[in-house]
Amino acid sequence: MTSIPTGQPGAKKLGLVIDLDTCVGCHACAVSCKEWNAFGQSGPLTEFAPYGVEPSGVWLNRVHTFELGEGEDGRTVYFPKNCFHCEQPECVTVCPTGASYKRADDGIVLVDPELCIGCKLCSWACPYGAREFDDDDGVMKKCTLCVDRIYDQNLPESERVPACVAACPTSARHFGDFADPDSTVSKLVAARGGVDAMPEMGYRPVSKYLPPRSVRASLAPLERNDPGTGNPFLQWIDRLLSGSRP
Amino acid sequence: MHPAPSIIAFTTFSGIGYGLLVWIGVLAPAGVLPLGRSFAAASLALALAFISVGLLSSTVHLGHPERAWRAFSQWRSSWLSREGVSAVVTYIPALLFAALWLLDDTDGLWIALGFLAAAGSIITLICTAMIYQSLKPIRQWHNPWVLPNYLMLAGMSGALWLLAMVAAFGGVPASILILTAALVLAAMGGKIAYWQSIQRGTTRSTLASATGLPAGKPLRPLDPPHTEENYLLKEMGYRIARAHAVKLHRIALALGFAVPLVTLASAPLLRGGMITALIVFAGAISATAGILIERWLFFAEATHTVALYYRGNSTAVV
Repeated sequence: MTSIPTGQPGAKKLGLVIDLDTCVGCHACAVSCKEWNAFGQSGPLTEFAPYGVEPSGVWLNRVHTFELGEGEDGRTVYFPKNCFHCEQPECVTVCPTGASYKRADDGIVLVDPELCIGCKLCSWACPYGAREFDDDDGVMKKCTLCVDRIYDQNLPESERVPACVAACPTSARHFGDFADPDSTVSKLVAARGGVDAMPEMGYRPVSKYLPPRSVRASLAPLERNDPGTGNPFLQWIDRLLSGSRP
Repeated sequence: MHPAPSIIAFTTFSGIGYGLLVWIGVLAPAGVLPLGRSFAAASLALALAFISVGLLSSTVHLGHPERAWRAFSQWRSSWLSREGVSAVVTYIPALLFAALWLLDDTDGLWIALGFLAAAGSIITLICTAMIYQSLKPIRQWHNPWVLPNYLMLAGMSGALWLLAMVAAFGGVPASILILTAALVLAAMGGKIAYWQSIQRGTTRSTLASATGLPAGKPLRPLDPPHTEENYLLKEMGYRIARAHAVKLHRIALALGFAVPLVTLASAPLLRGGMITALIVFAGAISATAGILIERWLFFAEATHTVALYYRGNSTAVV
Protein backbone atom coordinates (compact mmCIF):
# COMPACT_ATOMS: atom_id res chain seq x y z
CA MET A 1 0.00 0.00 0.00
CA THR A 2 1.69 3.19 -1.13
CA SER A 3 -0.51 5.59 0.79
CA ILE A 4 1.30 7.00 3.81
CA PRO A 5 0.18 5.33 7.04
CA THR A 6 -1.52 7.72 9.42
CA GLY A 7 0.32 8.30 12.66
CA GLN A 8 -0.68 5.77 15.28
CA PRO A 9 -0.32 6.42 18.99
CA GLY A 10 2.91 4.92 20.21
CA ALA A 11 4.37 4.54 16.74
CA LYS A 12 8.12 5.05 16.55
CA LYS A 13 9.88 7.41 14.15
CA LEU A 14 13.24 5.80 13.62
CA GLY A 15 16.03 7.73 11.98
CA LEU A 16 19.55 9.04 12.22
CA VAL A 17 21.25 12.16 13.46
CA ILE A 18 24.43 12.98 11.58
CA ASP A 19 26.82 15.41 13.22
CA LEU A 20 28.50 17.46 10.51
CA ASP A 21 30.81 18.94 13.13
CA THR A 22 32.47 15.68 14.05
CA CYS A 23 32.29 13.76 10.77
CA VAL A 24 35.81 13.40 9.40
CA GLY A 25 34.79 12.07 5.99
CA CYS A 26 36.42 8.66 6.36
CA HIS A 27 33.67 6.84 4.38
CA ALA A 28 33.60 4.03 6.97
CA CYS A 29 29.79 4.40 7.19
CA ALA A 30 29.45 4.04 3.41
CA VAL A 31 31.74 1.00 3.27
CA SER A 32 30.13 -0.62 6.28
CA CYS A 33 26.68 0.00 4.78
CA LYS A 34 27.76 -1.62 1.55
CA GLU A 35 29.24 -4.60 3.36
CA TRP A 36 26.18 -5.25 5.50
CA ASN A 37 23.48 -4.56 2.93
CA ALA A 38 25.08 -6.47 0.08
CA PHE A 39 23.96 -9.58 1.95
CA GLY A 40 20.91 -8.32 3.84
CA GLN A 41 17.38 -7.20 3.07
CA SER A 42 18.51 -5.12 0.06
CA GLY A 43 21.15 -7.49 -1.24
CA PRO A 44 22.82 -7.89 -3.59
CA LEU A 45 24.16 -4.39 -4.21
CA THR A 46 25.57 -5.04 -7.63
CA GLU A 47 28.94 -3.64 -8.69
CA PHE A 48 29.70 -3.18 -12.38
CA ALA A 49 33.32 -3.45 -13.54
CA PRO A 50 34.58 -3.13 -9.94
CA TYR A 51 38.18 -3.52 -11.10
CA GLY A 52 37.64 -1.91 -14.51
CA VAL A 53 38.28 1.54 -15.86
CA GLU A 54 34.87 2.94 -14.93
CA PRO A 55 33.62 1.08 -11.89
CA SER A 56 30.06 1.80 -10.79
CA GLY A 57 27.61 0.18 -8.48
CA VAL A 58 24.79 0.46 -6.00
CA TRP A 59 25.59 2.20 -2.73
CA LEU A 60 22.99 3.25 -0.20
CA ASN A 61 25.17 5.79 1.56
CA ARG A 62 27.34 8.42 -0.12
CA VAL A 63 29.72 10.88 1.54
CA HIS A 64 29.95 14.27 -0.17
CA THR A 65 32.57 16.87 0.68
CA PHE A 66 31.83 20.59 0.57
CA GLU A 67 33.77 23.76 1.22
CA LEU A 68 31.89 26.23 3.40
CA GLY A 69 33.09 29.83 3.64
CA GLU A 70 36.22 31.28 2.16
CA GLY A 71 39.71 32.18 3.29
CA GLU A 72 40.33 32.01 7.01
CA ASP A 73 36.61 31.49 7.51
CA GLY A 74 36.61 28.48 5.18
CA ARG A 75 36.18 24.93 6.34
CA THR A 76 35.60 21.52 4.87
CA VAL A 77 32.26 19.89 5.61
CA TYR A 78 31.84 16.15 5.13
CA PHE A 79 28.26 15.30 4.32
CA PRO A 80 27.18 11.66 4.49
CA LYS A 81 23.80 11.16 2.82
CA ASN A 82 21.40 8.25 2.88
CA CYS A 83 17.62 7.90 3.07
CA PHE A 84 15.99 10.22 5.62
CA HIS A 85 12.89 7.99 5.99
CA CYS A 86 10.69 11.04 5.42
CA GLU A 87 7.28 11.51 6.99
CA GLN A 88 5.86 12.49 3.59
CA PRO A 89 7.89 10.26 1.28
CA GLU A 90 6.63 10.88 -2.24
CA CYS A 91 8.93 8.10 -3.38
CA VAL A 92 6.30 5.89 -1.74
CA THR A 93 3.15 7.55 -3.03
CA VAL A 94 4.33 7.55 -6.67
CA CYS A 95 5.03 3.80 -6.62
CA PRO A 96 2.51 2.10 -8.93
CA THR A 97 2.87 -1.39 -7.47
CA GLY A 98 2.98 -1.05 -3.71
CA ALA A 99 6.61 -2.19 -3.67
CA SER A 100 7.61 1.03 -1.91
CA TYR A 101 6.05 1.43 1.47
CA LYS A 102 6.42 3.21 4.79
CA ARG A 103 6.04 1.03 7.85
CA ALA A 104 3.30 2.19 10.21
CA ASP A 105 4.98 1.05 13.42
CA ASP A 106 8.45 2.58 13.01
CA GLY A 107 8.33 4.78 9.89
CA ILE A 108 11.04 2.93 8.00
CA VAL A 109 10.69 3.32 4.20
CA LEU A 110 11.37 0.06 2.37
CA VAL A 111 11.17 -1.52 -1.09
CA ASP A 112 9.76 -5.02 -1.53
CA PRO A 113 12.05 -6.44 -4.24
CA GLU A 114 9.43 -9.06 -5.13
CA LEU A 115 6.88 -6.37 -6.11
CA CYS A 116 9.18 -3.76 -7.67
CA ILE A 117 8.84 -3.50 -11.47
CA GLY A 118 11.87 -1.23 -11.80
CA CYS A 119 10.06 1.81 -13.24
CA LYS A 120 12.51 4.15 -11.43
CA LEU A 121 9.78 6.72 -10.73
CA CYS A 122 10.51 6.64 -6.97
CA SER A 123 14.11 7.68 -7.64
CA TRP A 124 12.83 10.67 -9.62
CA ALA A 125 10.44 11.58 -6.80
CA CYS A 126 13.18 11.58 -4.14
CA PRO A 127 14.79 15.06 -3.99
CA TYR A 128 17.84 13.67 -2.21
CA GLY A 129 19.02 10.89 -4.49
CA ALA A 130 18.52 8.31 -1.75
CA ARG A 131 17.47 5.54 -4.11
CA GLU A 132 19.72 3.75 -6.56
CA PHE A 133 18.54 1.38 -9.27
CA ASP A 134 20.24 -2.00 -9.56
CA ASP A 135 20.50 -2.66 -13.29
CA ASP A 136 21.44 -6.28 -12.71
CA ASP A 137 18.62 -7.03 -10.27
CA GLY A 138 16.12 -4.83 -12.16
CA VAL A 139 14.75 -3.35 -8.92
CA MET A 140 15.28 -0.22 -6.84
CA LYS A 141 17.57 -0.32 -3.80
CA LYS A 142 17.57 1.96 -0.80
CA CYS A 143 18.66 2.34 2.81
CA THR A 144 16.64 0.02 5.08
CA LEU A 145 17.91 1.64 8.27
CA CYS A 146 19.38 -1.86 8.67
CA VAL A 147 15.95 -3.23 9.52
CA ASP A 148 17.59 -6.66 9.49
CA ARG A 149 20.00 -5.58 12.26
CA ILE A 150 18.12 -3.27 14.59
CA TYR A 151 15.51 -5.86 15.56
CA ASP A 152 17.79 -8.90 15.52
CA GLN A 153 17.47 -10.52 18.93
CA ASN A 154 20.52 -12.68 18.20
CA LEU A 155 22.77 -9.63 18.22
CA PRO A 156 24.00 -8.10 21.48
CA GLU A 157 21.81 -5.09 22.24
CA SER A 158 24.67 -2.65 21.67
CA GLU A 159 24.97 -3.90 18.08
CA ARG A 160 21.29 -3.43 17.24
CA VAL A 161 22.01 -0.20 15.38
CA PRO A 162 22.44 0.45 11.66
CA ALA A 163 25.81 -0.66 10.28
CA CYS A 164 26.77 2.93 9.45
CA VAL A 165 26.25 3.98 13.07
CA ALA A 166 28.21 1.04 14.41
CA ALA A 167 31.10 1.79 12.06
CA CYS A 168 31.51 5.51 12.68
CA PRO A 169 34.85 6.07 14.44
CA THR A 170 33.97 9.59 15.63
CA SER A 171 30.41 8.80 16.77
CA ALA A 172 29.10 11.33 14.28
CA ARG A 173 26.10 9.11 13.59
CA HIS A 174 23.33 8.46 16.09
CA PHE A 175 20.35 6.17 15.73
CA GLY A 176 17.10 6.42 17.62
CA ASP A 177 13.41 7.20 17.93
CA PHE A 178 12.42 10.77 17.11
CA ALA A 179 8.91 10.20 18.43
CA ASP A 180 10.40 9.92 21.92
CA PRO A 181 11.39 13.39 23.16
CA ASP A 182 13.76 11.81 25.71
CA SER A 183 15.74 9.77 23.18
CA THR A 184 19.37 10.63 22.49
CA VAL A 185 18.56 11.72 18.96
CA SER A 186 15.72 14.01 20.05
CA LYS A 187 17.91 15.59 22.72
CA LEU A 188 20.80 16.07 20.27
CA VAL A 189 18.51 17.75 17.76
CA ALA A 190 17.12 20.05 20.46
CA ALA A 191 20.52 20.91 21.91
CA ARG A 192 22.40 21.46 18.67
CA GLY A 193 19.67 22.85 16.42
CA GLY A 194 19.26 19.84 14.14
CA VAL A 195 18.12 20.68 10.62
CA ASP A 196 16.28 19.03 7.73
CA ALA A 197 17.67 18.66 4.25
CA MET A 198 15.54 20.59 1.71
CA PRO A 199 12.70 21.47 4.10
CA GLU A 200 11.12 23.46 1.25
CA MET A 201 10.22 20.19 -0.52
CA GLY A 202 7.78 19.32 2.23
CA TYR A 203 8.90 15.68 2.52
CA ARG A 204 9.62 16.19 6.23
CA PRO A 205 12.75 14.08 6.66
CA VAL A 206 12.91 12.18 9.95
CA SER A 207 16.71 12.03 10.03
CA LYS A 208 18.46 15.29 10.85
CA TYR A 209 21.85 16.94 10.48
CA LEU A 210 23.64 18.75 13.27
CA PRO A 211 25.29 21.79 11.67
CA PRO A 212 29.00 22.39 12.14
CA ARG A 213 29.74 24.51 15.21
CA SER A 214 30.52 28.06 14.21
CA VAL A 215 32.97 28.61 17.04
CA ARG A 216 36.55 28.20 15.96
CA ALA A 217 39.46 28.36 18.35
CA SER A 218 41.00 31.76 17.79
CA LEU A 219 44.55 30.98 16.85
CA ALA A 220 47.26 33.42 17.79
CA PRO A 221 49.10 34.43 14.63
CA LEU A 222 52.38 32.61 14.22
CA GLU A 223 55.24 34.85 15.19
CA ARG A 224 57.66 35.59 12.46
CA ASN A 225 61.21 36.95 12.36
CA ASP A 226 61.65 36.28 16.02
CA PRO A 227 65.32 36.77 16.68
CA GLY A 228 64.52 34.66 19.72
CA THR A 229 67.58 33.12 21.13
CA GLY A 230 69.72 36.16 21.73
CA ASN A 231 72.62 34.22 20.21
CA PRO A 232 74.64 36.88 18.27
CA PHE A 233 75.73 34.34 15.65
CA LEU A 234 72.14 33.27 14.91
CA GLN A 235 71.02 36.92 14.89
CA TRP A 236 73.74 37.65 12.32
CA ILE A 237 72.54 34.65 10.22
CA ASP A 238 68.96 35.90 10.52
CA ARG A 239 69.92 39.36 9.31
CA LEU A 240 71.91 37.86 6.50
CA LEU A 241 69.03 35.67 5.35
CA SER A 242 66.51 38.49 5.75
CA GLY A 243 68.50 40.49 3.23
CA SER A 244 69.40 43.37 5.52
CA ARG A 245 73.11 44.36 5.65
CA PRO A 246 74.80 43.34 8.89
CA MET B 1 16.93 13.92 -16.66
CA HIS B 2 18.16 11.12 -18.85
CA PRO B 3 16.12 11.16 -22.09
CA ALA B 4 15.30 7.44 -22.30
CA PRO B 5 14.16 6.53 -25.84
CA SER B 6 11.54 4.12 -24.46
CA ILE B 7 9.76 6.87 -22.51
CA ILE B 8 10.08 9.42 -25.32
CA ALA B 9 8.48 6.91 -27.71
CA PHE B 10 5.85 5.99 -25.12
CA THR B 11 4.65 9.52 -24.38
CA THR B 12 4.82 10.65 -28.03
CA PHE B 13 3.10 7.67 -29.66
CA SER B 14 0.50 7.04 -26.98
CA GLY B 15 -0.19 10.80 -27.05
CA ILE B 16 -0.85 10.66 -30.81
CA GLY B 17 -2.98 7.53 -30.42
CA TYR B 18 -5.14 8.94 -27.64
CA GLY B 19 -5.44 12.28 -29.42
CA LEU B 20 -6.59 10.44 -32.55
CA LEU B 21 -9.04 8.35 -30.53
CA VAL B 22 -10.50 11.48 -28.92
CA TRP B 23 -11.24 13.04 -32.30
CA ILE B 24 -12.59 9.85 -33.87
CA GLY B 25 -14.77 9.18 -30.84
CA VAL B 26 -16.23 12.69 -30.91
CA LEU B 27 -16.26 13.58 -34.61
CA ALA B 28 -17.53 10.28 -36.06
CA PRO B 29 -20.80 10.43 -34.04
CA ALA B 30 -20.97 14.13 -34.94
CA GLY B 31 -21.12 13.07 -38.57
CA VAL B 32 -18.04 14.98 -39.65
CA LEU B 33 -16.03 11.90 -40.61
CA PRO B 34 -16.54 9.42 -43.45
CA LEU B 35 -18.74 6.63 -42.07
CA GLY B 36 -17.51 3.80 -44.29
CA ARG B 37 -16.25 0.60 -42.71
CA SER B 38 -12.86 0.86 -44.35
CA PHE B 39 -12.30 4.30 -42.84
CA ALA B 40 -13.46 3.01 -39.47
CA ALA B 41 -11.11 0.04 -39.64
CA ALA B 42 -8.12 2.05 -40.86
CA SER B 43 -8.43 5.04 -38.55
CA LEU B 44 -9.20 3.09 -35.38
CA ALA B 45 -6.49 0.54 -36.19
CA LEU B 46 -4.04 3.42 -36.53
CA ALA B 47 -5.14 4.96 -33.21
CA LEU B 48 -4.93 1.66 -31.34
CA ALA B 49 -1.60 0.85 -33.00
CA PHE B 50 -0.11 4.16 -31.83
CA ILE B 51 -1.49 3.57 -28.33
CA SER B 52 -0.30 -0.04 -28.14
CA VAL B 53 3.17 0.68 -29.52
CA GLY B 54 3.48 3.53 -26.99
CA LEU B 55 2.35 1.41 -24.05
CA LEU B 56 4.57 -1.51 -25.07
CA SER B 57 7.61 0.73 -25.42
CA SER B 58 6.99 2.03 -21.90
CA THR B 59 7.50 -1.50 -20.59
CA VAL B 60 10.97 -1.55 -22.19
CA HIS B 61 11.92 1.01 -19.54
CA LEU B 62 11.06 -1.41 -16.73
CA GLY B 63 13.56 -3.54 -14.86
CA HIS B 64 10.91 -6.28 -14.63
CA PRO B 65 8.46 -5.90 -17.55
CA GLU B 66 6.86 -9.26 -16.69
CA ARG B 67 5.57 -7.70 -13.48
CA ALA B 68 4.00 -4.68 -15.25
CA TRP B 69 0.51 -5.90 -14.29
CA ARG B 70 1.30 -5.06 -10.67
CA ALA B 71 1.21 -1.38 -11.62
CA PHE B 72 -2.60 -1.41 -11.70
CA SER B 73 -2.89 -1.70 -7.92
CA GLN B 74 -1.88 1.69 -6.45
CA TRP B 75 -4.27 4.04 -8.25
CA ARG B 76 -5.19 5.68 -4.94
CA SER B 77 -1.83 7.46 -4.68
CA SER B 78 0.16 6.98 -7.89
CA TRP B 79 -0.39 8.81 -11.18
CA LEU B 80 1.59 6.09 -12.95
CA SER B 81 -0.78 3.45 -11.61
CA ARG B 82 -3.81 5.58 -12.57
CA GLU B 83 -2.41 5.93 -16.05
CA GLY B 84 -2.00 2.16 -16.37
CA VAL B 85 -5.57 1.51 -15.21
CA SER B 86 -7.00 4.23 -17.42
CA ALA B 87 -5.02 3.06 -20.46
CA VAL B 88 -6.26 -0.51 -20.15
CA VAL B 89 -9.87 0.47 -19.36
CA THR B 90 -9.97 2.77 -22.40
CA TYR B 91 -9.40 -0.24 -24.68
CA ILE B 92 -12.86 -1.56 -23.75
CA PRO B 93 -15.03 1.29 -25.15
CA ALA B 94 -12.55 1.81 -28.01
CA LEU B 95 -12.76 -1.81 -29.17
CA LEU B 96 -16.55 -1.98 -28.73
CA PHE B 97 -16.88 1.33 -30.60
CA ALA B 98 -14.81 -0.13 -33.42
CA ALA B 99 -16.81 -3.38 -33.41
CA LEU B 100 -20.21 -1.65 -33.62
CA TRP B 101 -18.94 0.67 -36.34
CA LEU B 102 -17.71 -2.28 -38.39
CA LEU B 103 -21.09 -3.96 -37.87
CA ASP B 104 -22.79 -0.77 -39.11
CA ASP B 105 -24.59 -0.57 -35.77
CA THR B 106 -24.12 3.18 -35.38
CA ASP B 107 -26.92 4.04 -33.03
CA GLY B 108 -27.05 5.58 -29.54
CA LEU B 109 -24.85 2.94 -27.92
CA TRP B 110 -22.18 3.48 -30.56
CA ILE B 111 -22.27 7.22 -29.91
CA ALA B 112 -21.97 6.67 -26.18
CA LEU B 113 -19.01 4.33 -26.67
CA GLY B 114 -17.31 6.94 -28.84
CA PHE B 115 -17.64 9.52 -26.11
CA LEU B 116 -16.46 7.01 -23.50
CA ALA B 117 -13.37 6.17 -25.56
CA ALA B 118 -12.65 9.89 -25.93
CA ALA B 119 -13.13 10.48 -22.20
CA GLY B 120 -10.88 7.53 -21.33
CA SER B 121 -8.23 8.90 -23.69
CA ILE B 122 -8.32 12.34 -22.09
CA ILE B 123 -8.11 10.86 -18.59
CA THR B 124 -5.12 8.74 -19.64
CA LEU B 125 -3.39 11.81 -21.13
CA ILE B 126 -4.01 13.75 -17.91
CA CYS B 127 -2.48 10.89 -15.89
CA THR B 128 0.59 10.79 -18.16
CA ALA B 129 1.16 14.52 -17.74
CA MET B 130 0.59 14.37 -13.99
CA ILE B 131 3.25 11.67 -13.56
CA TYR B 132 5.73 14.41 -14.49
CA GLN B 133 3.98 17.51 -13.20
CA SER B 134 3.60 16.05 -9.71
CA LEU B 135 7.35 15.55 -9.21
CA LYS B 136 8.56 18.40 -6.98
CA PRO B 137 12.31 17.72 -7.25
CA ILE B 138 12.26 18.49 -11.00
CA ARG B 139 11.28 22.15 -11.40
CA GLN B 140 10.94 21.99 -15.21
CA TRP B 141 8.27 19.30 -14.75
CA HIS B 142 6.64 20.69 -11.62
CA ASN B 143 5.29 23.47 -13.83
CA PRO B 144 1.64 24.32 -14.56
CA TRP B 145 2.25 24.29 -18.32
CA VAL B 146 3.10 20.57 -18.40
CA LEU B 147 -0.48 19.29 -18.29
CA PRO B 148 -1.82 21.68 -20.97
CA ASN B 149 1.27 20.93 -23.09
CA TYR B 150 0.65 17.19 -23.00
CA LEU B 151 -3.06 17.59 -23.76
CA MET B 152 -2.59 20.10 -26.58
CA LEU B 153 0.27 18.22 -28.23
CA ALA B 154 -1.73 14.99 -28.15
CA GLY B 155 -4.83 16.78 -29.48
CA MET B 156 -2.84 18.46 -32.20
CA SER B 157 -0.92 15.41 -33.38
CA GLY B 158 -4.05 13.26 -33.20
CA ALA B 159 -5.93 15.78 -35.34
CA LEU B 160 -3.12 15.88 -37.90
CA TRP B 161 -3.16 12.09 -38.22
CA LEU B 162 -6.97 12.12 -38.41
CA LEU B 163 -6.72 14.64 -41.22
CA ALA B 164 -4.23 12.41 -43.02
CA MET B 165 -6.68 9.49 -42.72
CA VAL B 166 -9.64 11.56 -43.87
CA ALA B 167 -7.65 12.92 -46.82
CA ALA B 168 -6.63 9.39 -47.80
CA PHE B 169 -10.33 8.48 -47.97
CA GLY B 170 -11.07 11.49 -50.16
CA GLY B 171 -11.78 15.10 -49.36
CA VAL B 172 -10.68 17.27 -46.48
CA PRO B 173 -13.62 18.93 -44.69
CA ALA B 174 -12.93 22.57 -43.91
CA SER B 175 -14.19 22.06 -40.35
CA ILE B 176 -11.47 19.51 -39.51
CA LEU B 177 -8.87 21.63 -41.30
CA ILE B 178 -9.71 24.69 -39.22
CA LEU B 179 -9.91 22.66 -36.01
CA THR B 180 -6.49 21.16 -36.67
CA ALA B 181 -4.89 24.50 -37.53
CA ALA B 182 -6.31 26.01 -34.33
CA LEU B 183 -4.95 23.09 -32.32
CA VAL B 184 -1.49 23.44 -33.86
CA LEU B 185 -1.43 27.16 -33.05
CA ALA B 186 -2.63 26.55 -29.49
CA ALA B 187 -0.12 23.74 -28.91
CA MET B 188 2.70 25.90 -30.27
CA GLY B 189 1.68 28.80 -28.03
CA GLY B 190 1.54 26.49 -25.02
CA LYS B 191 4.96 25.01 -25.73
CA ILE B 192 6.59 28.41 -26.22
CA ALA B 193 4.98 29.60 -22.98
CA TYR B 194 6.41 26.52 -21.22
CA TRP B 195 9.91 27.11 -22.58
CA GLN B 196 9.79 30.74 -21.48
CA SER B 197 8.49 29.70 -18.09
CA ILE B 198 11.34 27.24 -17.42
CA GLN B 199 13.88 29.80 -18.67
CA ARG B 200 12.63 32.36 -16.15
CA GLY B 201 12.14 29.97 -13.27
CA THR B 202 14.80 29.10 -10.77
CA THR B 203 14.89 26.27 -8.32
CA ARG B 204 13.76 26.95 -4.79
CA SER B 205 16.36 24.54 -3.49
CA THR B 206 20.01 25.43 -3.19
CA LEU B 207 23.04 23.54 -1.98
CA ALA B 208 22.60 25.39 1.32
CA SER B 209 19.00 24.23 1.73
CA ALA B 210 19.94 20.73 0.53
CA THR B 211 22.58 20.41 3.25
CA GLY B 212 21.13 22.61 5.96
CA LEU B 213 24.38 24.61 5.96
CA PRO B 214 24.21 28.40 6.41
CA ALA B 215 22.87 30.14 3.32
CA GLY B 216 24.89 33.32 3.72
CA LYS B 217 28.32 31.79 3.16
CA PRO B 218 29.93 30.56 -0.05
CA LEU B 219 29.34 26.81 -0.37
CA ARG B 220 30.69 24.59 -3.09
CA PRO B 221 31.24 20.89 -3.74
CA LEU B 222 34.86 19.97 -3.07
CA ASP B 223 35.12 16.23 -3.56
CA PRO B 224 32.49 13.94 -5.07
CA PRO B 225 31.57 10.80 -3.10
CA HIS B 226 32.71 8.60 -5.97
CA THR B 227 35.08 8.96 -8.89
CA GLU B 228 32.88 7.58 -11.68
CA GLU B 229 29.28 8.27 -12.68
CA ASN B 230 26.70 6.41 -10.63
CA TYR B 231 23.00 5.76 -11.23
CA LEU B 232 22.06 9.15 -9.79
CA LEU B 233 24.26 11.07 -12.22
CA LYS B 234 23.40 8.93 -15.23
CA GLU B 235 19.65 9.07 -14.58
CA MET B 236 19.19 12.50 -13.03
CA GLY B 237 22.36 14.42 -13.80
CA TYR B 238 21.89 14.65 -17.56
CA ARG B 239 23.17 17.91 -19.02
CA ILE B 240 22.48 19.38 -22.42
CA ALA B 241 24.76 21.86 -24.15
CA ARG B 242 23.07 25.27 -24.31
CA ALA B 243 23.96 25.75 -27.98
CA HIS B 244 22.39 22.39 -28.84
CA ALA B 245 19.26 23.20 -26.85
CA VAL B 246 18.71 26.45 -28.78
CA LYS B 247 19.04 24.64 -32.12
CA LEU B 248 16.79 21.79 -31.03
CA HIS B 249 14.11 24.23 -29.89
CA ARG B 250 14.12 25.74 -33.38
CA ILE B 251 13.99 22.32 -35.06
CA ALA B 252 11.13 21.22 -32.79
CA LEU B 253 9.21 24.41 -33.58
CA ALA B 254 9.80 24.04 -37.31
CA LEU B 255 8.96 20.34 -37.61
CA GLY B 256 6.32 20.23 -34.91
CA PHE B 257 4.32 23.33 -35.77
CA ALA B 258 5.56 25.40 -38.74
CA VAL B 259 5.64 22.60 -41.33
CA PRO B 260 2.20 21.21 -40.30
CA LEU B 261 0.74 24.75 -40.50
CA VAL B 262 2.14 25.16 -44.02
CA THR B 263 0.67 21.82 -45.09
CA LEU B 264 -2.70 22.78 -43.58
CA ALA B 265 -2.64 26.13 -45.33
CA SER B 266 -1.82 24.54 -48.68
CA ALA B 267 -4.39 21.71 -48.42
CA PRO B 268 -7.43 23.78 -49.52
CA LEU B 269 -5.51 25.11 -52.53
CA LEU B 270 -4.87 21.62 -53.88
CA ARG B 271 -8.55 20.67 -54.28
CA GLY B 272 -8.30 17.18 -52.87
CA GLY B 273 -6.92 14.07 -54.47
CA MET B 274 -3.72 12.18 -53.96
CA ILE B 275 -1.51 15.26 -53.73
CA THR B 276 -3.54 16.72 -50.87
CA ALA B 277 -3.48 13.41 -49.04
CA LEU B 278 0.31 13.21 -49.39
CA ILE B 279 0.81 16.81 -48.25
CA VAL B 280 -1.40 16.33 -45.20
CA PHE B 281 0.33 13.03 -44.45
CA ALA B 282 3.71 14.81 -44.63
CA GLY B 283 2.38 17.34 -42.11
CA ALA B 284 1.46 14.53 -39.69
CA ILE B 285 4.88 12.88 -40.08
CA SER B 286 6.64 16.21 -39.54
CA ALA B 287 4.60 16.93 -36.41
CA THR B 288 5.45 13.48 -35.06
CA ALA B 289 9.16 14.09 -35.62
CA GLY B 290 8.85 17.53 -34.02
CA ILE B 291 7.11 16.14 -30.94
CA LEU B 292 9.76 13.42 -30.59
CA ILE B 293 12.40 16.19 -30.42
CA GLU B 294 10.19 18.26 -28.10
CA ARG B 295 9.84 15.24 -25.81
CA TRP B 296 13.59 14.60 -25.88
CA LEU B 297 14.09 18.21 -24.76
CA PHE B 298 11.42 17.81 -22.08
CA PHE B 299 13.69 15.24 -20.46
CA ALA B 300 17.11 16.59 -21.36
CA GLU B 301 16.36 20.11 -20.08
CA ALA B 302 14.82 18.89 -16.83
CA THR B 303 17.09 19.17 -13.81
CA HIS B 304 16.79 17.26 -10.55
CA THR B 305 17.63 18.57 -7.09
CA VAL B 306 20.06 15.68 -6.47
CA ALA B 307 22.45 17.43 -8.89
CA LEU B 308 22.89 20.16 -6.24
CA TYR B 309 24.93 17.75 -4.12
CA TYR B 310 27.27 17.08 -7.02
CA ARG B 311 27.44 20.40 -8.84
CA GLY B 312 26.35 22.97 -6.31
CA ASN B 313 24.19 25.85 -7.44
CA SER B 314 25.70 26.02 -10.92
CA THR B 315 23.02 25.60 -13.54
CA ALA B 316 22.42 22.27 -15.14
CA VAL B 317 23.24 23.60 -18.59
CA VAL B 318 26.86 23.37 -19.71
